[in-house]
Amino acid sequence: MNLVDVEGLSVRYGARTVLSHVSLGVAKGEIVTIVGPNGSGKTSLLRAIIGAVKPAQGKVSRGADVKIGYVPQKLHIDETLPMTVTRFLNLPHSVAPQDIEAALTQAGVPNLSKSQLSQLSGGQFQRVLLARALIGNPDLLLLDEATQGLDQRGSASFYQQIEAVRQETGCAVLMISHELHVVMSASDRVICLNGHVCCEGTPAVVASAPEYRALFGTGTGGALALYQHDHDHNHDHAEAAE
Amino acid sequence: MLDDFMVRAALAGIGVAIAAAPLGCFVVWRRMAYFGDATAHAAILGVALSLAFSMSVFIGAMVVALIMALTVNLLSGRGYAMDTLLGVLAHSALAFGLVAVSFLSGIRIDLMSYLFGDILAVSRGDLSVIWCGALLVVLLIGWRWSALLTSTLNEDLAYASEINPKREQLVLTVSLAITVAVAIKVVGVLLIAALLIIPAAAARPLSRTPEGMAVAAGAIGMLSTVVGLRAAYVFDTPAGPSIVCIAAITFLISSSLKSALSMRS
Repeated sequence: MNLVDVEGLSVRYGARTVLSHVSLGVAKGEIVTIVGPNGSGKTSLLRAIIGAVKPAQGKVSRGADVKIGYVPQKLHIDETLPMTVTRFLNLPHSVAPQDIEAALTQAGVPNLSKSQLSQLSGGQFQRVLLARALIGNPDLLLLDEATQGLDQRGSASFYQQIEAVRQETGCAVLMISHELHVVMSASDRVICLNGHVCCEGTPAVVASAPEYRALFGTGTGGALALYQHDHDHNHDHAEAAE
Repeated sequence: MLDDFMVRAALAGIGVAIAAAPLGCFVVWRRMAYFGDATAHAAILGVALSLAFSMSVFIGAMVVALIMALTVNLLSGRGYAMDTLLGVLAHSALAFGLVAVSFLSGIRIDLMSYLFGDILAVSRGDLSVIWCGALLVVLLIGWRWSALLTSTLNEDLAYASEINPKREQLVLTVSLAITVAVAIKVVGVLLIAALLIIPAAAARPLSRTPEGMAVAAGAIGMLSTVVGLRAAYVFDTPAGPSIVCIAAITFLISSSLKSALSMRS
């Protein structure tokens, strides 16, 4: 029994179809990464899973008692809204103080509980969002480009944190990322999305699939290494222009 | 005690301030400042209709404000930007209201008293309407507080916690309609939005949590009412605008306090 099953899901906004006939499932404890170009329906897929958009066709089913922790894309907090980290983690339901501390520690930011949200750095903020998602020990974490705006080191350490959380709690992870070379080594399975599921499988299988290469080119050939960069391309554009 | 018109005025103002405080915070956080204006302008149409059909002004204003709130809720996110939509609805409702008033032959109504309010003329009956409305709004907002706050932060975060942000927005707009309807008599249509926004804005620099801000806004609203009424009595100025002036001065003080503090550190 999967934690979440998506069967034949289509999502439309007005006349525009963003997803058609998408099927996928996430099993207990696995890390699944969704990759795809801009506008490929990645965010819509996650929004359909949390119930924020109604499917035009197909269905999304959650296992009984499956708890979902959701980390949205960068969250904008209005300047006029005063909010401490502790208060934020108590939304919408209040939580025992020791659970707050535990979640913050798990997310790698143990000393922030009294800070104002508006004063956190980008990396701290994403970790506080992660801490909020971890409260109540979810069975499945959903992450929507959780490292947007972080530099490469910041996002690498964020994804290492995710893997550590998975090892510690055994929760499954379904995440969207465009930083293929950073996340793919940590994923059990990769789904390549472009309005429909183009291809899926282990990172190695997807990285060499022709559909994937057609979408992302061969420039991401180093996709399997955590810190590997491509050094085979030319930085000296002035020379190339001559 | 209630025989004194100044006491009745103060109690009326305090009632409105209590309802406006938590509501005003949400209006500020969600950047709906114009929404208060729009609902209030629409209420003039309600006043005209209620005089035409000899109903209570409160009921008329309430019904039109509710219809307005529901229409905005329904139309939002369908191709028009929110401020355009509110602008169209607010000003056309106000215009239709003013035209409708001109058809009321035989009845002389003092439109000025609805535009600027007449807090000194508040009766015992008005007082009970205001306090019932205020109590209802506070209970409604208090009941939905956490869900409202979560959907204000982020709609998807709300959905993920099994909260429907559309429903919460409806709670907010209905509360706004109630507040506008009960506050018309006190501060009038033109100043209702001020009573919603200024105390909340003045409370912002003094608060660390959303709850703290709502309580501070309530305190500032009540203080402005009492001081404003006293000032109106002493200087013989119009009561509603005097209350808003005091609130504005509080805002000035609290924001300069904040910049002074941030300069020191």
